[in-house]
Amino acid sequence: MSKPKVGIFGITGCGGCQLEILNLEDQLLDLVNAVEIVHFTEAITEHSDNYEIALVEGSITTEHDVERIKKIGDIAKIIVAVGSCAVSGGLNCLKNLYGVERAKELVYGDKKDWIDSIEVKPIDEYIRVDYYARGCPPNRLEIVDIIRSLIIGRKPEIPNYPVCVECKRNGNTCVYDIGITCLGPVTRAGCNSRCPSSATGCEGCRGLIDDPNINAQKDLLAENGLTVEDIINQFNLYNACKKVEAKESSK
Amino acid sequence: MVNNLNIEVSPVTRVEGHGDLVINVKDKKIEKLIFRIPESPRFFEAMLVGRKYDEPSHITSRICGICSVAHTFASIKATERAMGIKPTEQTINLRKLIYHHENIQSNVLHVYFLAAPDFFGTGSVISLAETHPEVVDIALRTKKMANDMVRIIGGRAVHPIRTVVGGFTKLPSEQEMLEMRKMLEGSYTDLEKSLEILKTINIPDFERETEYISISNPYEYALYDGNIKSTDGWEIDSQDYLDKISEEVVRHSTAKHCRANRDSYMVGALARFNNNYDKLTDNAKKYAEELGLKAPCYNTFMNNIAQFVEVVHSVDDSIRLIDKILEDGLNEEEAMVDIKPCAGRGVGVVEAPRGLLIHDYTYNEDGRVDKANLIIPTNMNYANIENDMKALVPEIIEKSEDEIRLACEMLIRAYDPCISCSTHMLNVKLVNK
Repeated sequence: MSKPKVGIFGITGCGGCQLEILNLEDQLLDLVNAVEIVHFTEAITEHSDNYEIALVEGSITTEHDVERIKKIGDIAKIIVAVGSCAVSGGLNCLKNLYGVERAKELVYGDKKDWIDSIEVKPIDEYIRVDYYARGCPPNRLEIVDIIRSLIIGRKPEIPNYPVCVECKRNGNTCVYDIGITCLGPVTRAGCNSRCPSSATGCEGCRGLIDDPNINAQKDLLAENGLTVEDIINQFNLYNACKKVEAKESSK
Repeated sequence: MVNNLNIEVSPVTRVEGHGDLVINVKDKKIEKLIFRIPESPRFFEAMLVGRKYDEPSHITSRICGICSVAHTFASIKATERAMGIKPTEQTINLRKLIYHHENIQSNVLHVYFLAAPDFFGTGSVISLAETHPEVVDIALRTKKMANDMVRIIGGRAVHPIRTVVGGFTKLPSEQEMLEMRKMLEGSYTDLEKSLEILKTINIPDFERETEYISISNPYEYALYDGNIKSTDGWEIDSQDYLDKISEEVVRHSTAKHCRANRDSYMVGALARFNNNYDKLTDNAKKYAEELGLKAPCYNTFMNNIAQFVEVVHSVDDSIRLIDKILEDGLNEEEAMVDIKPCAGRGVGVVEAPRGLLIHDYTYNEDGRVDKANLIIPTNMNYANIENDMKALVPEIIEKSEDEIRLACEMLIRAYDPCISCSTHMLNVKLVNK
């Protein structure tokens, strides 16, 4: 059986998701043996438009990005959105809150018309996405699990329960008990509760669980006088593309 | 030999982000040479407006995955300065320790994964793994050590969690400190092997003296704190950076260009080396000497060697810091200091792996950002990259188009440009007219 050809692409983002792939020190050589990486902008010179699987980091923020993502969508048979920017628009969406025209003026002044910039959107606003490796940065091992699943033809298992479940499993003191607000009760697990494990609140970088009104840790929120809506509204670092968040629940 | 040349590399690869290089030569004269940055602008300065004082470090960390610790610290320091917050000595020592490991991780990634394939004549680290597996093994081990250190202290290798305004949300345990010390001691074997490998590579012989700018302080090889210092002889308090450094928007780039004393300057490992050579550990100086790196050095390609010398220094100094922290005793009560949000302006300056990094915030009385200005190392280097290439291309104009293209790409990669940072990638175009 020939190895599947994989392209790894960065649209608009920080390169951290591609770096997390390079940070797979223990699995990197196995990975490059299991698949043929034909495009990886951050790491290799060779580039090819012949790939079956595309891993895409970053959100769509310019007309040029729109062209690039549509081309990737035309070529790849399977598309994996990697990281919050690709999955939900991520932190880049804070620009939308400020307003695209105002942001251009603030940063580039009277040269603002030289700059190509549009409202930020996640990649699935433009192309079909098959799998989502959520998080900022994403969990490296989840990326490996998705690739492994694709090779052997099974569906990757992505948790649909809140971060609180992992936090309890890790025996953490609930950060609400030390006076910190935490988005864990409504946020999709899969990060091994890494922020609460560092004694700080979850910022919701993996997006909401499906149907947060049913699946959230509502009791914990009620104990602290909060509702699901309260904390969803309180946090917009990674979830400023609200429309997308609402859609997230049906994913 | 070519009289006319049209080179267009789009994108230039093995750099962090997206950039294109265009060179037009007619009758052996350069008609056009631009390093174009079409990377999408991110607008972090706008994203920050209105955010509460504890958020900017988390937001600006996302400017760059590779130097997320540097952005985190520039941001935290700006906020602490604006609000008069003084972190404990323990916090500062732990920050310096984690900082060394972002520098090691980033320098190793660049020297071995991104630049080394040029020196060994392979297209990428993937083909390098087939032709020189021992080089890739060393790189992976050293990078893993550095990432593990950032994970242990920061809670995560990319975008650290525990480093916040005022201190640390959680401290490493004494046991973890001892494990890190053991990992560091174990890394010397690989450093020695790396030295032997690097001695065998040919660094292109190209010199162009320019202005080199970095931070500097009298106590150490400055990465975390110091004045801003230039090889042109000036030194200023970091809060006064605007007195010397200016930014301008240029037509072909979403990244701004920067100027200080001359029409361009260089930041990064070589600039640090040129300004602060005497503060390196004796061991790091020995490595520099064996690799033929002497201060001042005007060969941009030697930036890769300076990066490796810094790895040695960072390993040495990390052991010293761990011993110091353990001797003083880890103290939970010193993990955080009290914070009283208030209005004020503060400038946070650090050396990111790619060079001088400046965050400048103005807060209102509610402790929310009114105004932010960020100056990124790669922005500072763009004008110098173009000037270097304008000097390099005529020197090698007798070579074939492929050789010229490769030399130009290597020169750009020598800067380790981090383009997603500075827009706030690389394509080379040599175009025949």
